[in-house]
Amino acid sequence: MRNLFRFIIRYYFFFLFLLLETVALLLVIQHQHYQRAWFASSANFVAGNFYRFSSSITDYFSLRRVNEQLAEENARLLQFTTESFLKTDRQVFTFRDTLYNRRFSYINAEVISNTVNRRNNYLTLNKGSRHGIKPDMGVITFNGVVGIVANVSENFSSVISFLHKDMQISARLKKNDYIGTLLWEGYHFREGTLAYIPTHVDMNPGDTLVTSGFSVIFPPDIFIGTISEVEIRRGDNFFTAKVELATDFNNLKYVQVVQDLMNEELQELEQQTQAGAR
Amino acid sequence: MGSGILRHIGHFIILVVIQVLILNNIRFGGYINPYVYVLFVLLLPIDIPGWLLLFSSFSMGLTIDLFFDTQGMHAAATVLLAFARPGIIRMISGRSDFDPGTIPMVSNMGIQWILLYTVLLVLLHHSLLFFLEIFRFSEFWITLGRIGLSGGITTLMVLIGFLLLDKPEKRGR
Repeated sequence: MRNLFRFIIRYYFFFLFLLLETVALLLVIQHQHYQRAWFASSANFVAGNFYRFSSSITDYFSLRRVNEQLAEENARLLQFTTESFLKTDRQVFTFRDTLYNRRFSYINAEVISNTVNRRNNYLTLNKGSRHGIKPDMGVITFNGVVGIVANVSENFSSVISFLHKDMQISARLKKNDYIGTLLWEGYHFREGTLAYIPTHVDMNPGDTLVTSGFSVIFPPDIFIGTISEVEIRRGDNFFTAKVELATDFNNLKYVQVVQDLMNEELQELEQQTQAGAR
Repeated sequence: MGSGILRHIGHFIILVVIQVLILNNIRFGGYINPYVYVLFVLLLPIDIPGWLLLFSSFSMGLTIDLFFDTQGMHAAATVLLAFARPGIIRMISGRSDFDPGTIPMVSNMGIQWILLYTVLLVLLHHSLLFFLEIFRFSEFWITLGRIGLSGGITTLMVLIGFLLLDKPEKRGR
């Protein structure tokens, strides 16, 4: 026993290394299986406030661009107001519109930290659970998909960017409604990959890709990007297409967090069905 | 020794700030991300006790993990770097009789020594880091490319750091 102690003390540098390395690797491995980090997330207090401070300085540099985006968005929204519609039938009026029930609402948030050049990228937003953000909510901009909320603290939330090795988004070809999986292979932040489209489907460069709406995370028909190149990879039975993403991840300032108001109802129903089928 | 510790704490804070506030916001063509914070470990005294070397490297890695949402990746890579450091110093200098408290610098080690020291340790650090980041071998060659590119830029920045920190009055020795 004493010899063992002497041995450990003699080579303590090696054993301490093994111990620390094991702790670190356990953290990494746990993170692989469970993206919702408990230890280190930029949603935490220190990192969140640090990023908010640095963002409060850099905000001024992007004011002009943000203004332009807002003006553009206003113009887009204006066309949906009642004033921009011509009423043709004067006999019918709507008392309470039950045809349209609001399903999605959006929480506007500012990006206070963002990367694009790693294989796995994350964003931090300046809003958290206090503002109604919960894990697994989708994050979009008004022209494109951004990511999924992984972690929230009271005032901040940490988002897994689409530019992440584990991210897959269900995407639909707008012209013929075929569904494929959109993922990121790590090359350029403007370039996604659309996989699993059968070879008989008519798909050409220039086709529009939107979200399918099959998941409860993203609303349907959010513009994702356009197809830029179609190929069949060696040994594959599917089309693989390069997609030029609509979201410029290098240039994100304000994003919208998607709140699905019918999420609970939908999940309850799906659970009931699955329980019944068993 | 008292002011020596303060000096290293200063390195720690300044390098974290540079890494998180500046390098995190610069995009080098989409692939390259230099991790200049390793300079903190490279600048520790040569005769630092092993446990202190490992623990300070571990805490540096964890701090970076905290800001980058990378849970343990930087800690693992930095601890490996710290573990390899004494061996690599012995290997490239062929002696172990350094003055107590010697900090590796261009003025006392020479530019060639510093270059070799930096390249070897940075490559080791980046190799573990980038493979942990992807966590599979299916993108092997592109990952190697990333290691090479980012490692090159990190080495360059670390060398600039070494040159900036070299005090002119020591150079005359």
